[in-house]
Amino acid sequence: MLYILTHYWSELIQGLGYTLLSSIIALIFSTIIGTMFAIFEVLPNRAMQIIGRVYIEIFRNIPLLVIAMFFYVIIPMYVAKIDGFTAGTIGLTIYTSSFIAETVRAGILAVDDGQMEGARANGMSYWQAMRFIVLPQAFKIVIPPLGNQFINLVKNSSVLAFVAGFDLMYQGNSIASLSLDTINSYVVVGLFYLVITLPLSYYMRHLEKRLA
Amino acid sequence: MKKTYRFLGVIGLLGLLIVGLSACGSRKALSQQDVLTNDKASKTITWGVKADTKLFGLMDVKDNTIKGFDADIATAITKKILGKDGKAKFVQVTSQTRIPLLKNGNIDAIIATMTITPEREKQVDFSNSYFDAGQSLLVKKGSSIKSVKDLNKAGTKVIGVTGANSVANIKKYAPKAQVLELSDYAQAMTALKSGQGVALTTDNGILYGMASQNPGYQVVGGAFTKEPYGIAINKGQGPFKKEVNRALKEIEADGTYNRILKKWFGNVAGFNYKEASR
Amino acid sequence: MQNFIEAYSWVNLRFLLEGLWVTVEVSIISIIASFVIGSILGVLRYVKIKYLSAVVGFIVDIIRNLPLILIIFFTYFGLPHLGFKPGIIFAAVLAMTIFESAMLAEIIRSGILAVDYGQMEGARANGMSYVQALWHIVFPQAIKKTIPTIVSQFISLIKDTSLATIIVLPELLNHAQIIYGQNSAYILPMFLMIALMYFIICYALSVLSRILDKKLA
Repeated sequence: MLYILTHYWSELIQGLGYTLLSSIIALIFSTIIGTMFAIFEVLPNRAMQIIGRVYIEIFRNIPLLVIAMFFYVIIPMYVAKIDGFTAGTIGLTIYTSSFIAETVRAGILAVDDGQMEGARANGMSYWQAMRFIVLPQAFKIVIPPLGNQFINLVKNSSVLAFVAGFDLMYQGNSIASLSLDTINSYVVVGLFYLVITLPLSYYMRHLEKRLA
Repeated sequence: MKKTYRFLGVIGLLGLLIVGLSACGSRKALSQQDVLTNDKASKTITWGVKADTKLFGLMDVKDNTIKGFDADIATAITKKILGKDGKAKFVQVTSQTRIPLLKNGNIDAIIATMTITPEREKQVDFSNSYFDAGQSLLVKKGSSIKSVKDLNKAGTKVIGVTGANSVANIKKYAPKAQVLELSDYAQAMTALKSGQGVALTTDNGILYGMASQNPGYQVVGGAFTKEPYGIAINKGQGPFKKEVNRALKEIEADGTYNRILKKWFGNVAGFNYKEASR
Repeated sequence: MQNFIEAYSWVNLRFLLEGLWVTVEVSIISIIASFVIGSILGVLRYVKIKYLSAVVGFIVDIIRNLPLILIIFFTYFGLPHLGFKPGIIFAAVLAMTIFESAMLAEIIRSGILAVDYGQMEGARANGMSYVQALWHIVFPQAIKKTIPTIVSQFISLIKDTSLATIIVLPELLNHAQIIYGQNSAYILPMFLMIALMYFIICYALSVLSRILDKKLA
């Protein structure tokens, strides 16, 4: 195992870098997109609600791998040239955004209706009330579930391996077949994932306890 | 303070787990039983074959069976070893999964477009070579790539398959190119079609099969390596290996080999099957 | 258009359905097994038996924090080193069960924690033993509370079976790959068809969970 670590250190570090990069990009954009669709769903407008609902249901109910491969294979054929890392990260973003939308929506609904009404009565517009009163409170509620989404994101970023995205899992497959030491290669890869996810998950549990 | 202890406890347990796991990893594979004796008793040899490689091993969607040169050779060898009622059982493998599966004993032998290399010989045994391939390139017709030299430029993306010898080779022949490793040949061809790379590299036999399925693509650059295919067998299975080599010699001598070769490669454009006859 | 008609020939559809069947088979077995094991692990984590709960908790945490693909590799490539040789379907079921049990254990533990402690005390005061109270009073309520989360975890499980294509499990995505690998005109039709198939199954399950949730509430 030490052999794998020392011999393929640079590949592993590169993989770790791409995994983190993809996860962080996907986290930022899926939070933005997810929040957007969550707001669509609570808007007092039937058409917007339907758009929000359809988006969430579609991407929540199709495997991430299928979405990522769709972007890797189909989009370059008909739309625009994108490489494996980009395709995988876009897939990851869209897939995660549907889960975040669902989480944030629940958060918004958990904020007392009176808050919105009070803000409106004080002369705020709907958007101002949403932006300054409702959303900040909703986010406080959804921080622990969002943290769990980030952990899922890091784990799910392993689909990049299927689209040649140079992430940890991709490097792991490559190392396993170069070294022909399958188990130890994947044990090392597993350790690299745990280095990111385990502290995050303990921190999240700590945060949940504190907020509860 | 209590937290620190717990943290240390976690680290300690993690350490134990790793040591345990790697101990498992280095322990000798379980199936040190004699493959030949087992196979003779069950009248079945379990072969690892490709299911995504035209001409060698391709899944027929109509009846859910794997067909190709490798599959036919495996069947012929099985009959020679076990007699007429011997059965060849096929397990789908990819370049990535075949060696672990063999070492684990899930399959008795690999016959899956596998080149005999010194690195692999440290892990598994090989039969005599049963097919002589050479690495080549598949490109879109009209591409500016004419040979492996054209790939040796920074920013050039070449598609290969994880675990294939061709990936290691291309890193030698065109070190400046970036290699994209996909999980199997179906995925690799799809990636080439999507323009994810300018060329797909692997052995010419496989590439001819792909070119025949995809008329807009052609094999270029000739064979720039020698890739003798062998049947991989676990270390320590001397009797089984001997039997496989004997059966191979027999089917070469009695014309079975040439018949199978002609069946699959007789009409492949660019492939001189007479030259490959034995 | 022509591509679509040809792609959806009976031969191809039948091959896809065979793949779908493997997906469903692996999912159903894993769902049942992981629900049972996840419940036991969840309860074990809750009741705090010295050492045992800590060890269970630690293992659950490790598994929860690894990508499922790795667990698939460990069951398929690693288990034989322990003297046990799983077939491909069994390896997939085992990987799914191990991973989802760990995920469910955490969900069920938090469900038990969310049940009012007064319930437990009331049941004990009425002469039930600790185990009886846990089993008859607390556990059913914990499950009721967490049904939407549990079902969405099951939906994830169904979707995640597609990852096992990396060890060539002959499931839906793998069969689609075989079809479009042989004729690239079928790539788009195949993607749309399997997306639809996954969607129908997963969406139906999520609707079912909403109905169930309303009925129990």
